[in-house]
Amino acid sequence: MTDADSAVALSCQGVSHSFSSRNGPVEALGEISFTAKPHEFVCILGPSGCGKTTLLKIIAGLLRPTAGRVVFEENRQRGSPQSGLVFQEHGVFPWLNVLDNVAFGLEMRGVARPERRARAHAFVERVGLAAFENHYPHELSVGMQQRVGIARAFVSNIPILLMDEPFGSLDAQTKRGLQEELLRIWSQDRKLVLFVTHDIEEAALLGDRVLVMTGRPGRISEELTIQLERPRDPDRDRIAVSDLRWQIWQLLEADVRRGLSIQV
Amino acid sequence: MLGASAGWLPTGILLAVLVSWEALSRAGVISSLLFPAPSAVARTLWESIVDGVMPSNLAATLLRVVPGLALGGLAGALLGLAMGASRRLRLAIDPFVAAIHPMPKITLLPLLMIFFGIGEASKVLVVAIAAFFPMVINTMAGVRQISPLYFEVAESYGASRRKIFSRVLLPGSMPMMLSGVRLSANVAFLITIAVEILAAERGLGALIWLSWEILRVDLLYAAMAVTAVVGLAINTGLYRLATRVVPWQIDRDPSR
Repeated sequence: MTDADSAVALSCQGVSHSFSSRNGPVEALGEISFTAKPHEFVCILGPSGCGKTTLLKIIAGLLRPTAGRVVFEENRQRGSPQSGLVFQEHGVFPWLNVLDNVAFGLEMRGVARPERRARAHAFVERVGLAAFENHYPHELSVGMQQRVGIARAFVSNIPILLMDEPFGSLDAQTKRGLQEELLRIWSQDRKLVLFVTHDIEEAALLGDRVLVMTGRPGRISEELTIQLERPRDPDRDRIAVSDLRWQIWQLLEADVRRGLSIQV
Repeated sequence: MLGASAGWLPTGILLAVLVSWEALSRAGVISSLLFPAPSAVARTLWESIVDGVMPSNLAATLLRVVPGLALGGLAGALLGLAMGASRRLRLAIDPFVAAIHPMPKITLLPLLMIFFGIGEASKVLVVAIAAFFPMVINTMAGVRQISPLYFEVAESYGASRRKIFSRVLLPGSMPMMLSGVRLSANVAFLITIAVEILAAERGLGALIWLSWEILRVDLLYAAMAVTAVVGLAINTGLYRLATRVVPWQIDRDPSR
């Protein structure tokens, strides 16, 4: 085992979150603990409302956990961001064109304008949007907007990417294309990706590991290592992925049925 | 095809009205005292431009609209941004804004003239106050309708407060601020004309009132035409400005 294999980029230690409602405190997250290595692709899989987004926001530093803590590999320096967020939609700024959106993370880190434009330009080309560099997001399809969000996250040179169902609102074909693209970019530029999804197949296709979450309060009920060899290909690996999907569903079924109050 | 021919329709209607007005007025069917022929109004307008009456009155009006709009608009934008960003400030001040906004601002003129005299200061001030309210309300709404997602994305990338202001808050509220400017400009122009009708010796409003007092109906029409053109120019100019400042919104402006 090399150093890189044993290193820990991120560790969640008993992270809990509760908020107060009219009917008293509601526990959204209950004691989430896991660690993730640098360069690892971790999928967080769970039904809607299980607290996946809350967990992601806590890791991003946008929410404070009620208990527990998130520890990063290096101590988080002030002003130096540790994570980049990619949302399902509306994650790119409508008032910035494609190039400025992609360069946003670099700008926040204080990279000088000529350099950040050059770096953003190179990445815009890599995701095939060179012809749209000066376009605004409303002129692009939703799939293209997501590519802008992904390019922004990767070009910013941050060690951790947090993706909150980035392909959740896309049609099947576009989703497939973007999954391929994400895998391609990630294999060239490995960082820790925490990828939240409710799509079992997507988790099996993308992840090195899948953390299965169940809801109210959200906790990690299962953890699976996906052995599928990389580089993966959605078409070539479709049978293996579909097997995995079956396995994961078996693990999830009881919880989902409980959530829907279905008696077997 | 339809678009191109429909574009000529308003021009056609305008020409038809002017031509029949001219004809009816010349034929004596309608009173040329109440409805002087368009050609007569045009002649009066030309003369008033040449002898400097119209330009000096127009200048007097613009010298009230522009400083009033600048003063009130700027104050409104600043307070609106602050109120949009700070919940506490909003809760403290919003009731006053909501209470004073519906009041016709022209009612403040007598009081302002008592405080600041009958000179330009009281006039510009009442215009500024009128322009202030649409701006403050639109700016505040503009800040508040920005999706919290954008702030979260910016924060996750480590944006400083200054960057959040310049890269999220300001551009995000810009479209509504610009419609605020347009509303404020219209209100400022309207109040200026009203103030001039009431209490000024020069200005388009004063000229309109003078024309009525001396029963120069042709001059009245000429001054009204200039007023209409100025109003149109303010609107079109600000719309053009908006499309340049917020190019990401061009296709989404519902007023066009």
